[in-house]
Amino acid sequence: MTLMRTFLGAAASLALTAGAALADPAIIFDLGGKFDKSFNEAAFNGATKWAEETGGSFREIELQSEAQREQALRRFAENGNNPIVMAGFAFASALEAVAPDFPDTKFVIIDMVVDQPNVRSVVFNEHEGSYLVGVMAAKASKTGTVGFIGGMDIPLISKFACGYVQGVKATNPDATVIQNMTGTTPAAWNDPVKGGELTKAQISQGADVVYAAAGGTGLGVLQTAADEGILSIGVDSNQNYLHPGKVLTSMLKRVDVAVYNAFKDGEDLETGFSVLGLANDGVGVAMDEHNASLVDDEMKAAVEAAKAGIISGEIKVHDYMSDESCPVM
Amino acid sequence: MKKMPKWADVLLIPAINLSLAFLISGLVIWAIGKDPWVAIKTMVQGSFGDSRGLGYTLYYTTNFIFTGLAVAVASHARLFNIGGEGQATVGGLGVALVCLAVPWPHWTLALPAAILGGALFGAAWAAIPAYLQAKRGSHIVITTIMFNFIAAALLGYLLVNVLKEPGNMAAETRSFPPGAHLPTFHEMLAPFGIDFNKNAPANISFLVALLCLIGFYVLIWKTRLGYAIRAFGQSESAAVYAGISPVKITIIAMLISGGLAGLMAINNVMGEAERLILNSVEGAGFIGIAVALMGRNHPVGVFLAALLFGFLYQGGAELALWESIPRELIVVIQGLVILLTGALDNMVRAPLEKLFLSFGKGEA
Repeated sequence: MTLMRTFLGAAASLALTAGAALADPAIIFDLGGKFDKSFNEAAFNGATKWAEETGGSFREIELQSEAQREQALRRFAENGNNPIVMAGFAFASALEAVAPDFPDTKFVIIDMVVDQPNVRSVVFNEHEGSYLVGVMAAKASKTGTVGFIGGMDIPLISKFACGYVQGVKATNPDATVIQNMTGTTPAAWNDPVKGGELTKAQISQGADVVYAAAGGTGLGVLQTAADEGILSIGVDSNQNYLHPGKVLTSMLKRVDVAVYNAFKDGEDLETGFSVLGLANDGVGVAMDEHNASLVDDEMKAAVEAAKAGIISGEIKVHDYMSDESCPVM
Repeated sequence: MKKMPKWADVLLIPAINLSLAFLISGLVIWAIGKDPWVAIKTMVQGSFGDSRGLGYTLYYTTNFIFTGLAVAVASHARLFNIGGEGQATVGGLGVALVCLAVPWPHWTLALPAAILGGALFGAAWAAIPAYLQAKRGSHIVITTIMFNFIAAALLGYLLVNVLKEPGNMAAETRSFPPGAHLPTFHEMLAPFGIDFNKNAPANISFLVALLCLIGFYVLIWKTRLGYAIRAFGQSESAAVYAGISPVKITIIAMLISGGLAGLMAINNVMGEAERLILNSVEGAGFIGIAVALMGRNHPVGVFLAALLFGFLYQGGAELALWESIPRELIVVIQGLVILLTGALDNMVRAPLEKLFLSFGKGEA
């Protein structure tokens, strides 16, 4: 017992000294890992950009297990890291439990809303960006059949799909959209082999443009599409460079901007609800030298028109998550 | 002397294996430009240095005790149960259904019911492969591993389509009622004046796991059924000659095995998450195989091996948190331990045995 007491006493004093460490920001990546060339990597890029610009440093961890969500949050908060950014909706329950215990620490959660006074919830209007790539897919398709491959079957991914279908149908009402989800477990975010198989299946059904909203799984989709000579559309980060001339565009979800802003705002960042959409460049389509040969002026004009329409409110893109249904599917 | 002394078998060989594993891990850490000494200190400090770390270590240990015992029971009957993962997943479903179905007034009522629910569901999931093995001769290794995938798919379907709260993005059930909250070490030790960290997930399931260890010993070595299981495992034909039914023993051993794996859910589902999430087992079913192998299917060995893997899990998390060692490398360290203690066991054993035998001859 006394030994235990000494142990605990020593631990307590250790914890106190650790708490006095400097207040670097921290970021926690989801199970997909920070080099998924997609969502987590975008978050990592945002953090890196901040570090390069300011010369600051930040703490980071890639999770290995579910139990580590709360553990990592608490450890960073106790360590004095502030703000703490979480890349992914799956942190919601852990954050609900941890946030009230650290009222002086600011938390930022991406893709989810957590209603606590010290939390900034960042959500994206993915349906708007997906609508734009849907317009491009319909313009680029020769067969009139385009594909969508989602990661895990959750409402967020249906939101991508729904926006995409709306964009396709608005451009070519007769177009067919084939949709597949990779799986129902988090493993679906990181299964490029299955992504490739689904792509082949869609090609055999006539698809000649495939949009992947599937994290690491999307790499397999883009690879297979390039190998089979059809076009693909990347997601989250700009993935045009992965197969130059084969990737039509990428639906940019500026997770990097969200992370960068959070780090830049630092300890006194504003909490509450933050929506990043077309209007404030939170989502968009990637145009660069790698896809310049694929995008003609007509397509560009169509995208610009749709973008202007959405921003002005003329075009209403239905948000799947508002009522968990999609009018065009 | 025909054999190695027992102490060499149970202590020396695992010790050498472990040292080799840590030595190679150290080299790997050194190769990526980190200090292996700091790394090992971080791991030990983070998993045993304070009550928070200890709480996490024991939380993981509890999981591994259950799954390790599950594999060990089947092993005594020479059945290789690789389905601990699936059985624990389905056990989690059982525990969740029990916890959600009734507004439990107090955990003393909820825990026995959840134990029953988890064990029954886990056993039921093991029953089908057991039946197929006993009656149809379908190999248990193949069927149990296939049932892992079926369990994952089943849980995915149920969580996404049936049990999920509407409007919630994550596929998970609603939180269990407060009456189903299991006392954590913090709450258990507070009356004794010990201030255990209040956020560490270790809970009363650890004591249940310890009881299971004792029960396991009694079952295997002190009862008729245990004798029948061991006899069947040693030699099926001899067991049949002694009047032991292979069908009955196969099914009973697998039911106990599945039940133990399912019991794990009282720790991770009821004790920690307090709701059912996808992927809650996280490989503990597979770690159980390594734990049983290292523990030589004996309760004491299983406990020590489970503690070791609990340390690797929690220490690994600490490494990732404070040393920025990539998580892939932590898997490498865990893999090295499994490789050297499990798969490459004979690499150390054979020469050592020879050595002991030659000494033995000299004495004789």
